[in-house]
Amino acid sequence: MAPSSGTDGAYGPGALKRPKRSPGRFGMALVQGCAVLTVAVLVFIIGYVMVKGARVMTPGFLLGSPEKMGREGGIFPSIVGTVSLTLASVIIAAPLGIGTAVFLTEYTQEGLFSRIVRFGTESLAGIPSIIFGLFGFLFFVIRLGMGWSILSGSLTLAAMMLPTIVRTSEEALRSVPDVYKETAYALGASRWQTVASVVLPTAMPGIVTGVILAMGRAVGETAAVIFTAGSSLRLPKSIFDPVRTLPVHFYILAREGISIENAYGTAAVLLSAVLLVDFAAYYILHRISKKRPVARR
Amino acid sequence: MKGEKMASMSRLQAESQVENRIGGPPKVEAQGFSFFYGKTQALKSLDLTVPENSLLTIMGPTGSGKTTFLKALNRLNDRVPGISHSGSLLLGGKDVYDRDVDVATLRRRVGMVFALPVPLPMSIYENVAFGPRKRGVSSKKRLDEIVEEALVSAALWDEVKDRLDSSAHNLSGGQQQRLSLARVLAVDPEVILLDEPTSGLDPISTLKIEELLRVLSERYTVILVTHNPVQAARVQGEVAFFYMGELIEKGPAASMFVRPKDKRTEDYITGKFG
Repeated sequence: MAPSSGTDGAYGPGALKRPKRSPGRFGMALVQGCAVLTVAVLVFIIGYVMVKGARVMTPGFLLGSPEKMGREGGIFPSIVGTVSLTLASVIIAAPLGIGTAVFLTEYTQEGLFSRIVRFGTESLAGIPSIIFGLFGFLFFVIRLGMGWSILSGSLTLAAMMLPTIVRTSEEALRSVPDVYKETAYALGASRWQTVASVVLPTAMPGIVTGVILAMGRAVGETAAVIFTAGSSLRLPKSIFDPVRTLPVHFYILAREGISIENAYGTAAVLLSAVLLVDFAAYYILHRISKKRPVARR
Repeated sequence: MKGEKMASMSRLQAESQVENRIGGPPKVEAQGFSFFYGKTQALKSLDLTVPENSLLTIMGPTGSGKTTFLKALNRLNDRVPGISHSGSLLLGGKDVYDRDVDVATLRRRVGMVFALPVPLPMSIYENVAFGPRKRGVSSKKRLDEIVEEALVSAALWDEVKDRLDSSAHNLSGGQQQRLSLARVLAVDPEVILLDEPTSGLDPISTLKIEELLRVLSERYTVILVTHNPVQAARVQGEVAFFYMGELIEKGPAASMFVRPKDKRTEDYITGKFG
């Protein structure tokens, strides 16, 4: 508190100078270090897998069929399987999840029922994926006789994706300024018209983000998929065919010591795909939010 | 309750003056109308008549029930949990809280402009076409006509006619507020409610809106809410002073600002509180 220069008690010209060793600088270095370390971990993992897998990632590997259990050949059926399984699960989960979120935010007051619904989806998020796999296997594969197939797998994955989609959509819907809704209602719009033409379009960037986050989880899911979509190396012809997704292929190659090299190749492809989806998502999001500026308030 | 007695006396006088001066049939009528949010009473047995095609300015400090009155009239308050009311609130002789009232239709007949301009996140054209579309107008030609007419009436057409498809967010604050007005006019209402429509605007945009209101009051019943007595004096017409959920005094602006009948009105317009 004492002035750093001058003896007459007034603040001298040096009083505003920052001391060389201030606690502020230490704190800054600490948090900066945390941030750098976080990025370093990410870069290291991605870099390690990419370097190890790059050698294998040739057009022939991407577009070829596996031979000798995957020791040789490519991973084309697994790429097709992963894409179709992921898309199918999004098609199932997105309408259901967004619909639930709209119900929770727009159609109900906070009450017993909404609390049960919310508690249910939250609990769903906490269930380990292997349990989903076991359930999918017993219910879809065995009980409903769907067998190991894209259908069984995507239904199981959809159940896993729901909590993420519901929660992020709910947040996005709640962040729509209430004045938009009030304005629409004041112009004689019904509740459904307000939701469809004002609330959903405004919340769309947030909802899309949630769906993509959920997709990311689905793409990399192994435990739930191996039980429900199977591990067939053949190219699927319909949603009733079994597939072996990239993570499952990677798991089997590494686990059974078939080819560590091809396992890294598969991992690199999977990682590139996830990164690509992420970049695409951010690009689309950026464009949407640029086109639709948020209300100035 | 001396004040209440005085208020009701002045109300009688004010009403007789309205009858003499305008004489139009009542468009909006509150009869012993009270409104509650849970246990909080926001409007206390309100008696108020607004004749057809006239301009009423409701002024009063924050929390005086002005906005509650507007949002009761188009039933936008329905969205608030725990509301209740007593007495009656008539639009063209029909209680807006009657069971058989269709709220969407009511809100088309009673348009509302909010305190801050709210362009919906779509183009200028779509903002104005929003109401008519929701009512079921789908012919492109008819929509074009409605949009142009509404924008002309809101004195915005000349400024935006070349960029109807650009985002409404690119307009200035004053333009956005006139857009809000155009959007309301496009649904062809009978009554237009404005809740402090100029509170976020510069003086020139404010004057433009006030001028518009005077013109519009020849064709519509206009109810303007403001906390600013100066604005109430400027737009003329009838003025009602709300305080703590009560109607204290109502009369032509010209006489109320010269000779307020109630002490509280006088204190408010001279800036002693508010």
